[in-house]
Amino acid sequence: MSQQGYVTAPPYSQSQPRMGGFSAGFGPPNSSLHYGHYGDPNSSHAAPQPGMSKPTVPLGSSAPLGPLPPGTHQFSQNNFQSGASAAGQQPHRFQSPPPPNNTGPSYPPSSLHSQPASPHTASTSCTTQLANQLNSMQINSYGPSAIQSSHTSSGHPASFQGPQPLPLTQHQMALPPGPQIPPPANNFSGLCAQSSLPNMARQDGIPGSGLPNPNLQQLPGQTPGPGYHPQQGNYGPQMAGSQLSYPGAFPGGPAQLSGPPQKRLDPDSIPSPIQVIENDKSSRGGQIYATNTRGQVPPLVTTDCLIQDQGHASPRYIRCTTYCFPSTSDMAKQARIPLAAVIQPFATVPQNETPLYVVNHGEAGPIRCNRCKAYMCPFMQFIEGGRRYQCGFCNCINDVPPFFFQHLDHIGRRVDHYERPELSLGSYEYVATLDYCRNNKPPNPPAYIFMIDVSYRNINSGLVKLICDELKTLLDKLPREEQEESSAIRVGFVTYNKVLHFFNVKSNLAQPQMMVVSDVGEVFVPLLDGFLVNFQESRSVVNNLLDQIPEMFADTNESETIFAPVIQAGMEALKAAECAGKLFIFHSSLPTAEAPGKLRNRDDKKLLNTDKEKTLFQPQVNSYESLARDCVANGCCVNLFLFPNQYVDIASLGLVTMHTGGTLYKYNNFQLNSDSPQFLTDLRRDIEKKTGFDAIMRVRTSTGFRATDFFGAIYMNNTTDVEMAAVDCDKAVTVEFKHDDKLNEDSGALIQCAVLYTSISGQRRLRIHNIGLNCSTQLADVYKTCETDALINFFAKSAFKAILSQPLKAVREILVSQTAHMLACYRKNCASPSAVSQLILPDAMKVLPVYVNCLLKSSVLTGRPEIPTDERAYHRQLVMSMGVADTQLFFYPQLLPIHNLDLKSDAVPAAVRCSEERLSEGGAFILANGLSMFLWLGVSTPPELIQGLFNVPSFAHISTEATLLPDLANTYSKKIKSIVEHIQNQKPYTMKLMIVKQREQPEMLFRQFLVEDKSIHGGASYVDFLCCVHKEICQLLN
Amino acid sequence: MATYLEFIQQNEERDGVRFSWNVWPSSRLEATRMVVPLACLLTPLRERPDLPPVQYEPVLCSRPTCKAVLNPLCQVDYRAKLWACNFCFQRNQFPPAYAGISEVNQPAELMPQFSTIEYIVQRGPQTPLIFLYVVDTCLEEEDLQALKESLQMSLSLLPADALVGLITFGRMIQVHELSCEGISKSYVFRGTKDLTAKQIQDMLGLSRPAVPIQQGRPLQAPEQPVISSRFLQPVHKIDMNLTDLLGELQRDPWPVTQGKRPLRSTGVALSIAVGLLEGTFPNTGARIMLFTGGPPTQGPGMVVGDELKTPIRSWHDIEKDNARFMKKATKHYETLANRTATNGHCIDIYACALDQTGLLEMKCCANLTGGHMVMGDSFNTSLFKQTFQRVFNKGLNGEFRMAFGANLEVKTSRELKIAGAIGPCVSLNVKGPCVSENELGIGGTSQWKICGLDPCTTLAIYFEVVNQHNAPIPQGGRGAVQFVTQYQHSSTQKRIRVTTIARNWADAQSQLQHIEAAFDQEAAAVLMARLGVYRAESEEGPDVLRWLDRQLIRLCQKFGQYNKDDPNSFRLSESFSLYPQFMFHLRRSPFLQPILYAYSFHGPPEPVLLDSSSILPDRILLMDTFFQIVIYLGETIAQWQKAGYQDMPEYENFKHLLQAPLDDAQEILQTRFPMPRYVHTEHGGSQARFLLSKVNPSQTHNNLYAWGQESGAPILTDDVSLQVFMDHLKKLAVSSAA
Repeated sequence: MSQQGYVTAPPYSQSQPRMGGFSAGFGPPNSSLHYGHYGDPNSSHAAPQPGMSKPTVPLGSSAPLGPLPPGTHQFSQNNFQSGASAAGQQPHRFQSPPPPNNTGPSYPPSSLHSQPASPHTASTSCTTQLANQLNSMQINSYGPSAIQSSHTSSGHPASFQGPQPLPLTQHQMALPPGPQIPPPANNFSGLCAQSSLPNMARQDGIPGSGLPNPNLQQLPGQTPGPGYHPQQGNYGPQMAGSQLSYPGAFPGGPAQLSGPPQKRLDPDSIPSPIQVIENDKSSRGGQIYATNTRGQVPPLVTTDCLIQDQGHASPRYIRCTTYCFPSTSDMAKQARIPLAAVIQPFATVPQNETPLYVVNHGEAGPIRCNRCKAYMCPFMQFIEGGRRYQCGFCNCINDVPPFFFQHLDHIGRRVDHYERPELSLGSYEYVATLDYCRNNKPPNPPAYIFMIDVSYRNINSGLVKLICDELKTLLDKLPREEQEESSAIRVGFVTYNKVLHFFNVKSNLAQPQMMVVSDVGEVFVPLLDGFLVNFQESRSVVNNLLDQIPEMFADTNESETIFAPVIQAGMEALKAAECAGKLFIFHSSLPTAEAPGKLRNRDDKKLLNTDKEKTLFQPQVNSYESLARDCVANGCCVNLFLFPNQYVDIASLGLVTMHTGGTLYKYNNFQLNSDSPQFLTDLRRDIEKKTGFDAIMRVRTSTGFRATDFFGAIYMNNTTDVEMAAVDCDKAVTVEFKHDDKLNEDSGALIQCAVLYTSISGQRRLRIHNIGLNCSTQLADVYKTCETDALINFFAKSAFKAILSQPLKAVREILVSQTAHMLACYRKNCASPSAVSQLILPDAMKVLPVYVNCLLKSSVLTGRPEIPTDERAYHRQLVMSMGVADTQLFFYPQLLPIHNLDLKSDAVPAAVRCSEERLSEGGAFILANGLSMFLWLGVSTPPELIQGLFNVPSFAHISTEATLLPDLANTYSKKIKSIVEHIQNQKPYTMKLMIVKQREQPEMLFRQFLVEDKSIHGGASYVDFLCCVHKEICQLLN
Repeated sequence: MATYLEFIQQNEERDGVRFSWNVWPSSRLEATRMVVPLACLLTPLRERPDLPPVQYEPVLCSRPTCKAVLNPLCQVDYRAKLWACNFCFQRNQFPPAYAGISEVNQPAELMPQFSTIEYIVQRGPQTPLIFLYVVDTCLEEEDLQALKESLQMSLSLLPADALVGLITFGRMIQVHELSCEGISKSYVFRGTKDLTAKQIQDMLGLSRPAVPIQQGRPLQAPEQPVISSRFLQPVHKIDMNLTDLLGELQRDPWPVTQGKRPLRSTGVALSIAVGLLEGTFPNTGARIMLFTGGPPTQGPGMVVGDELKTPIRSWHDIEKDNARFMKKATKHYETLANRTATNGHCIDIYACALDQTGLLEMKCCANLTGGHMVMGDSFNTSLFKQTFQRVFNKGLNGEFRMAFGANLEVKTSRELKIAGAIGPCVSLNVKGPCVSENELGIGGTSQWKICGLDPCTTLAIYFEVVNQHNAPIPQGGRGAVQFVTQYQHSSTQKRIRVTTIARNWADAQSQLQHIEAAFDQEAAAVLMARLGVYRAESEEGPDVLRWLDRQLIRLCQKFGQYNKDDPNSFRLSESFSLYPQFMFHLRRSPFLQPILYAYSFHGPPEPVLLDSSSILPDRILLMDTFFQIVIYLGETIAQWQKAGYQDMPEYENFKHLLQAPLDDAQEILQTRFPMPRYVHTEHGGSQARFLLSKVNPSQTHNNLYAWGQESGAPILTDDVSLQVFMDHLKKLAVSSAA
């Protein structure tokens, strides 16, 4: 799903009519929408119809069938044939009663189903057929074991708890073939008639919930053995095939069905992200992961382990969508698995892991390949007794510089291999020489400029005073190199409303000087000396200033603000001082004052779900683009703290932040009391962050493929150089690769990411990350080493980028179709032959559907008027620079039960799936997605827990106003606070804690995060989506 | 006929008026044949300590096109309580307040000795005087220090309630807010971008609901309370603040690389000053005082680029149209000057630098607004320091010698029309029945605005006699002119000074000798000089000289007595005798004839001819050229002084001789504004050039016969001497061919 895929006509767009037919068949009366509108509540899958009765299907039934009208038996026979009963469980086939209005003619041949537009077909189709097909859908998750059936011992435990291991070949569950798309819904009035949807369409066969996971088989071998490593290609079965009985997926519908009350399919029967996470944790957590082998798949981002750099970059720095690239571009096209790496070059490493070594070759500078300019790294092969080396990337043979010469040992390795980081490690740094500096001059230390909106609202809300007071202490915490006593970073101050106020805080002044620049049309820096100062030296003047600022504007009544000139001013100041730096802008309103970058309120809900919706994500005026370019060119990173009360056009305001590697923070309806802690923590964290400035990143690859597309908080002037005015520990760049040529399986696919940057002390450095991936001619190898979390990161970023140029609908459709395509390709090429009706998922992508569904349900891809445009633009921007761990949490929030804690243990409780079904009246849960955190309290939460947490006697006494838990001296409080702290730890944004009581209004907000459920904004439930994907796959297979 | 000299002097003392002709030729044709136009020099606010102003409104003629002020020349019918306007003959009723009027109970304005009278009127709110300092910071440390001290000192000289403001400039312009506690605040502008008044006011936060500025009606001040501006504050309130602020003023901090001039944004700084006052205090007395130490080098109004290798334009460049910034710069400053004049403010320029500072381009700022223009070598000279101090001098009655926003209106009797005025004024474009079609100077109007004026400010006003030859004026008829000057006094009072004069008509054919006798050659020289300078500014240089020569020859032809083609027979009457000499010196210098005094043991100090023959070894000369005071010791005197005779008791008289010119020079220096350059030199000294360039070169290297004789010093010049000039003049005057 490359960008090109979005730009050009989507290759799968022809699937639309089919999908249209599909949804017409299933939709509630008003539905006429495409399947692609997955999140649309009007779409049939999503229509919430609580209380609807469903026919129950015996658990484990591989072919739960609804009442079958004549003509449908062909399908049901398929289902039967699939032998779900191999799991040893009795397939109770449930036959729902014939629909009362099932008066349609005999079911048409399946081939017609894909042509729903045919009136003839439509008029003759029978709606019950649909139900049956759905009812009988089943999912099989297939590992390579499907092919290599003899190896089952090391099968991935996955999420299946079925009691009996079975030969995998027999675990495929029968499902109706995909292409048997339901015919148009209305069997009376023909195609797309929406008013008289037959009831039978809702007859869903679902497995009864009374039996635990009846149709899942558990593979033996709970923990992966040592042979788990993918190098042992024939060791196969990491992934257990799983069979799932799948419910009808369209629970909406009238309840006039006669028949037993319906029950939901037990969600445990479909692949569980939690299970996958927990399994990885239990198998790999707490261990040492050494990066000594090319192409090995690292533990999941959610798994804590100690990482040892042994020649490849730590997964903290680079994660790939797959660790084995297909050898040829044909294979790649066939699989359509994105080949991408998510690079987080400044990622924080835990204390117990080794920080990066710094290599200093003095004036000689870094050693680089003469041809491709790749830096010396473990992939360079030394030859001719060490006098020369062959570049691993371009194969050029280079002379070893004399100062670097070293003899080789008996295996052809330099004897100083382990003494030199650049020979033995995946990641290290070089000290750069003057050639790598702007104008060949050593850089000055960076500067931080604080730019405070002092318009009426910010003064009135107390925000300005809060910021000024806080800065007095924060400025002592500016980042510094380990070995230095104080920070080299200089600071400057600007306030603004309709005009800009610069401050001279030179240390020898008795009092600060304020210089007003009102020429906002062509803003300039009014002073040279005394604007950027060392805080230690100018402390008294700066503190004097910070004391005065709130007073100075205390009686302001200026409510208009400017914005672009503020950035311009900061940038010009940095330019004049010849240094890179960060602007910290504290802004609260739509900049309506007459100045460049002036904005008007262009938010328009009528644009939603139209071709013009994309304009809402584009900047309103062009000046922000050129401003961003100038900022990047001058190493000026823009951090934006927004305090909006209404629409502020984040798509425009945030653009410069986005392109300069800055961070956007947003505090809606900022209240001093409740929001200060969140804001101040964010501010402190941002100021203290280790950051690389004025950075330029280059991704080099070995021959046969190359980086083609980049996503992130970056700026690209050309196709290869990734420019970032600054890059901090939380920013990740996702890079997509494409084949140029055939890849050699022996030499693999090598990637070197080099970031040239200026350190906080003003040293010019190069940070190098190397990683080697395997190549294979076997698609199975590719599927085997996929990493779903990285895939989702890629999908999210590319989709969020695509919405700038394509209609939301198309983007969503491509996401669905690509998901289906990847899975279909696996099914076709890697899984053993089985009935088309079976859904077979590769083990490494087992949770891909649920994650893709979460992505589709994200506010960015959901065009609903209830979701503020700014919120969508904000999320879009955040996600664009997120790393894998952040996207994982963002799209699939963490839901922790805290009512049954083991108070003695330090451990964080295991998460549960994000579904309402996991909640209970007697329980309390914490939910976090990296931006928000909720404490959900069931109505019957144990009083002792309430007492312990809130120090109030009962549920009714709990105030939901608080955003912090009180500090109480009891084990509950301490334990839960430590859990909250743990969740917050290492997350880029501070999460404000919201307390939600069951059955109170704010619960609606909370429920949006229960991503496996149907969303109130119309997103499909996990189950529904799985069904949809399955349909697509079936289509593709036919 | 000494009586005319007395008459002229009396008139000047009483009315501040000097006419070129004190008896007027009675027809248009004859008047044009007089060569020197009928014109006058008017000093509207000539100091009259003996004239107490009256505290009521003047009585005006009721004819809307006339509105002349009641004056001693009017016919009054005391019984009917009527008066007849002597300009339009309208009969007017006296206002009720004049009910008690009678022959013995006359109001002042009817008494003959009050041909000049001053009224104090109550109109509009009184606004304190405003002084806005615009200070260049691209100065040498020493200069800046001296300037800062002068400015700090000046605060004590300002009226206590005066408003004062500060703008500093270099590469950028800072408008300082003066009433800030705890933090010093300024608004900064870049020096490269011209801004409209509206933009400036917006950027300074001065915009408010628009107050219509009623142009041309300055007396009707907007009915609004005094706007308090953050940038203009009463001296008594902020003098401590401002003293500190000035004390902390630093040189422009932006680096100036080698081979560059500092970037000096004079043009925009001035523009902001003008815009600031325009927005806050239109039509109120205000002085913008620009202190600059070099040429504007960037932005609108730049005179030279910042590359030192490109020198500032010279006359040579200007003649060849090679001064690339000049036109644009001049235009910029002219626009500013006109705006300033419209607002009734004035601009002073104090330019102190060894090199040029671009006054040529900026001169209109002072010229059109009645501001001072002072040029010196450094702010650290007494020339600047004392001159600046003298701006705030007080007159005989203890009032500041400055007035603002004057509106001068001239009314004439019907035989006369107004051709124009030359002086520090702008036209108000008021056409009327007494405005001539033919313009001399700033014409086409009967009213002018003089934004800044002092008791010495003098305008030349030119008239045209329109009476036709065939409509003789009755015997004893007199022509009358009334000058009405409305202005803001330094005490912020609104005042009106009215001067009404009358002169006799004479038939030039039968009574030429009367006219001739009543010629004021000094006034005429000045009036011609002004015309010449005015023409020089609007036309090419050589033509002006030719024009001056022609006028002189024609005058000599008209009034000389001679036999045709006999130069030796040429004579001029006493009233014309000095005029050719004035013209000779005018041609040679930018100014009129300097005065030369000689001090010697042969007698008391005496005025001597401005001639090289006056330079004798045993003399001390004192030359006063207005801008320069030169004391020159003759060769022998200088040797004596070197020998130290003055210190010997027996030669005390020599000591006194040396001291005498110094004392006299000091006296001149004390009163002259601007303070002249003071040069003390001796025979052979380099500075002797100041003297040698001015004297008439009667002896040059060309007439060596005088060399070594005791009669003065030769001058190395190709200029003709007065003698040669006069010989030629005579020859041409008597020539029948001319």
